[in-house]
Amino acid sequence: MAEAIKNRYEFVILFDVENGNPNGDPDAGNLPRIDPESGYGLVTDVCLKRKIRNYVQAVKEEQNGYKIYIKEETPLNRSDNLAYEALKTDDKKIKEAKKNDPDIDLKIRDFMCSNFYDIRTFGAVMTTFVKAALNCGQVRGPVQIGFARSVDPISTQEVTITRVAITTEKDAEEKKTEMGRKNIVPYALYRAEGFISANLARRVTGFSEEDLELLWEAIINMFEIDRSAARGKMAVRELIVFKHSRELGDCPAYKLFDAVKIEREGDAGVPRKYSDYKVWIDNSAIPETVELMRKI
Amino acid sequence: MGYGVRVHVWGDYALFSRSEFKVERCSYDIITPSAAEGLLEAVYWHPGCRWVIDKIYVRKPIQFTSVRRNEIKSKVVPGNVLSVMKGSGKDISISSREEIVQRASMILRDVDYVIDAHFELTSKANDTDNPGKFKDIIMRRLRRGQCFHQPYFGCREFPARFELYDQEVVDTAYPDERRDLGYMLYGFDYTDPKDIQPMFFRAVLENGVLDLRDCEVLR
Repeated sequence: MAEAIKNRYEFVILFDVENGNPNGDPDAGNLPRIDPESGYGLVTDVCLKRKIRNYVQAVKEEQNGYKIYIKEETPLNRSDNLAYEALKTDDKKIKEAKKNDPDIDLKIRDFMCSNFYDIRTFGAVMTTFVKAALNCGQVRGPVQIGFARSVDPISTQEVTITRVAITTEKDAEEKKTEMGRKNIVPYALYRAEGFISANLARRVTGFSEEDLELLWEAIINMFEIDRSAARGKMAVRELIVFKHSRELGDCPAYKLFDAVKIEREGDAGVPRKYSDYKVWIDNSAIPETVELMRKI
Repeated sequence: MGYGVRVHVWGDYALFSRSEFKVERCSYDIITPSAAEGLLEAVYWHPGCRWVIDKIYVRKPIQFTSVRRNEIKSKVVPGNVLSVMKGSGKDISISSREEIVQRASMILRDVDYVIDAHFELTSKANDTDNPGKFKDIIMRRLRRGQCFHQPYFGCREFPARFELYDQEVVDTAYPDERRDLGYMLYGFDYTDPKDIQPMFFRAVLENGVLDLRDCEVLR
């Protein structure tokens, strides 16, 4: 397997949405997520990770070493019952295996990491057999992403639509159209922040330079393969990467994040396009040893 | 004591799951001692040392918000992985469409703490380890913002920002007030790896400060 990365990284992703719903809130009838007190829009970390997984799955097509563990689609050759039976019988076998090979849990962990890109990147929770003292436990991946938040408070708009195809015969006799609703954000720019720990890459999952390049590629293109009726126009506008010169890093992460400034351009009352914002980086706040890369 | 440090940690969100509500997770009112230990361990840890939390200063009012997310309910099953390692061509991946569950979390918002902690040497410290060495490494990392991995508030999606806090006096959100937060998780007792036991304590905020020195720990 390729060598693990040697530098700590932080990154800022700026992405925008136009007339779409970037991330629905299951608590609020699929309205775009919003912080009720401040009005800022939210996109959860898991939403972005899903897009990254989908991109890698689409590009690598289940190539060896680039499998995706948590898939969106149902795998064809899998039966839950079979897996369950296998687990029962294997539960005993695994105790024996543990006796014969004390490092079996590490081997299982490394096998998962080397085969699955998403485990290598984001980690995974493995069940633990406490009785067998087998502890693959929790694998923490090097890549950590926080919630994305909009730069300005957002407004959501409910768009009522009609359709002429009626689902049931009974309804068809009574009416000609059905009403539906879509919830959109007219425009919003979101900012997500992420961290990559070189230590976890080296000691646990073996996340390599090639994996890192694939991650950048996936982030840049994550919305390009995620078109749907609900999303509207979404695009990653900036991927700003800070590469520290050392494994442990050169300066606190918050200083780097604070150096990325987003300001409103012009006097448009309400931002409706990316050019209503200006993004600039305060280079004086960044130590010389930290390499700054704007990937887009 | 001498080997104490004072660290300022803050962030947008936090989730310190109450052990009684861990399916639909609900956070404790403030950071737990074990979460604070984890935070410091993310900055520096060595088998030869052990973090002990002395005081936690709560600097922002306790505020909650709720987030519901699509989650999956299954985990990696080592038995299945083993059979794939041995060559059975089974697909062991998890389908998020089949295994989906929607779970809400009550999370804290806009948190800001100062943590007073010290470390103790353990029996695993070797001859060249000494408190001065550990202290130097810790101070250097805190000053430079270096860490093993980015510390987080309970869950990895809630990253913590951290810095060395060098002022004598720490202001809190609840001066002149006593707040009883009820029983909270203190941490886990790992002395017997086959029988890991949770430990609890009665958390009382005096003037916005949780003092963990000499606190009674219940098992």
